[in-house]
Amino acid sequence: MTQVLDRPAELTARATPAERTARRRALLEWIAVHSLGVAAALFFTLPFVFVFLTSLMSDSQALSRDLIPHTWEWANYRKVFDTPGFLTWWRNTLIYAGLGTVLTVVSSIPVAYALAKFRFRGRNLTLMLVISMMMLPPQVVVIPMYLFWAKQLDLSGTLWPLIIPLAFGDAFSIFLLRQFLLTIPGEYLDAAKVDGCGDLRTLLKVVLPMAKPGIAAVALFQFFAAWNDYFGPQIYASENPDAWTLSYALESFKGAHHTDWNLTMAATVLVMAPVILVFFFAQKAFVEGVTLTGVKG
Amino acid sequence: MATTHTLRAKHRRSALRTLAFLSPWLIGFAVFFAYPMISTVYFSFMHYDGFRPPTWSGTKNWTYVFEHYPFFWPALRNTLWLVVIMVTLRVLFGLGIGMLITKIKTGTGVFRTLFYLPYLAPPVAATMAFAFLLNPGTGPVNSLLENVGIPAPGWFNDPDWSKPALTLMFLWGVGDLMVIFMAALLDVPKEQYEAAELDGASAWQRFRFVTLPNISPIIMFAVVTGVIAAMQCYTQPLVAGKVASGVIQGAGTMFEPGYPEHSTLTLPQLVYNLGFQRFDYGSACVVALVLFALSMAFTALLMRRRGGLLQAGD
Repeated sequence: MTQVLDRPAELTARATPAERTARRRALLEWIAVHSLGVAAALFFTLPFVFVFLTSLMSDSQALSRDLIPHTWEWANYRKVFDTPGFLTWWRNTLIYAGLGTVLTVVSSIPVAYALAKFRFRGRNLTLMLVISMMMLPPQVVVIPMYLFWAKQLDLSGTLWPLIIPLAFGDAFSIFLLRQFLLTIPGEYLDAAKVDGCGDLRTLLKVVLPMAKPGIAAVALFQFFAAWNDYFGPQIYASENPDAWTLSYALESFKGAHHTDWNLTMAATVLVMAPVILVFFFAQKAFVEGVTLTGVKG
Repeated sequence: MATTHTLRAKHRRSALRTLAFLSPWLIGFAVFFAYPMISTVYFSFMHYDGFRPPTWSGTKNWTYVFEHYPFFWPALRNTLWLVVIMVTLRVLFGLGIGMLITKIKTGTGVFRTLFYLPYLAPPVAATMAFAFLLNPGTGPVNSLLENVGIPAPGWFNDPDWSKPALTLMFLWGVGDLMVIFMAALLDVPKEQYEAAELDGASAWQRFRFVTLPNISPIIMFAVVTGVIAAMQCYTQPLVAGKVASGVIQGAGTMFEPGYPEHSTLTLPQLVYNLGFQRFDYGSACVVALVLFALSMAFTALLMRRRGGLLQAGD
């Protein structure tokens, strides 16, 4: 009897009451946290699910209150692609996003590099101006800019007024890249200098290879900024449907197919899908970009 | 003498090098910001419809916008509503989701991805989706609500519910805040929690006296960037209003902005309405300047914070 009673607690089959409450509490907390997690996950995913399900409904069912399609109308997606202009809008979006991204990256890298690694008078002022530009609503300067592009250069109805400015650095990209370049130790740059590298060579041969993740993040953000842009195409391209981009055209799609929520939702899926697909291949770059702008100063 | 000479040459070379590296942005700043900014001030004192040459009109545009243009004060009120209510809710919700994700032990990656995805949805696509989901007649949300016996609101079709509907959509896209809060929460030194626990601090006290002080710079960052984003809010309310009202887009359509009853009208939309629908470029520039003043005031606030954007590297 005494032997059993004296046995150390961890060797007995049953835990002490204190341990049991601790364990029970841990289990309860696990259940509470994960139930909350599942509830949150439903909130974040159900909109996608409903949109997708509706995109597969028949015309008449899309007007009903059903949640699940009776028949799965995959042909809806074909119909969206057959809409006049749809392929042109894809092409325009890719041109705006693709060309714009290349120009942004190329023009923002040297600026970010100078702001991160050069010491010069007015550096803090320049950085503050970059940040102010980043916070500037595009509507503030749109009137003179529109008059400039449309009246003086006669380029309205094209995507050029959206693409050309990106060849002169983009404030957000400069800021994000600068934050990234700050994390590269100065010793590498000094070593390159000792080896006789000029500034340009140091940038190209030493900094750029190390900055690849930062550049990837900037490229992704810029690509999706163009992909998502509504205001720019509305100002410069609205008069010419041949110059519309997907984001801008999506709303007109609802207009043209006035009651067809199913086709509208299929088009919505097609505008969302590339972003989400790319995210799955480049999660790290996205998350890194968000953290760099927010946390690391 | 020779040394001063080479030193000066070196300085000049270094200044030139800096200028060369900065030049893309310097040119961009001059052409795409300084010049249009000066023009905006200039046009705000001119009468200009884009056809006849601009003529001097003194402060007429300013009095028109502030006293006679029926949309200015509602838009300012809506913008302030978004700034106060939407930003508060978004920061609280983002913090909550950030804390939740640090507590989740099983399937963390899956949960984090699911929470983050809506942030990536293109604004127009997200708005189309929510206009459909919250459609009072056929939308799934109201179907579900009515099935469980909750009176279903009119969402984007009801002036009392359109801003909450917009807010709900912005809460859905809270993934960016989740990520930065998560990073900040994981950075809080573990020892501080252990010390607090030894002192017998309750869960709330640990949050109040350990977590909050450690993440307060990030909360401030989230608030100020949220305020700036709320001020710029354009695409979502515009598209939601258009879709809910059933206006078909196209050249020449006159869309009374802010459907229903100016409830989704924001300041950036006024610039578009005045400039590109009413061809009153002068008055549009007045609103643009108001927007500029407000956004720069908040940006200054952001840059003054220690632990904010300018901290490291100096």
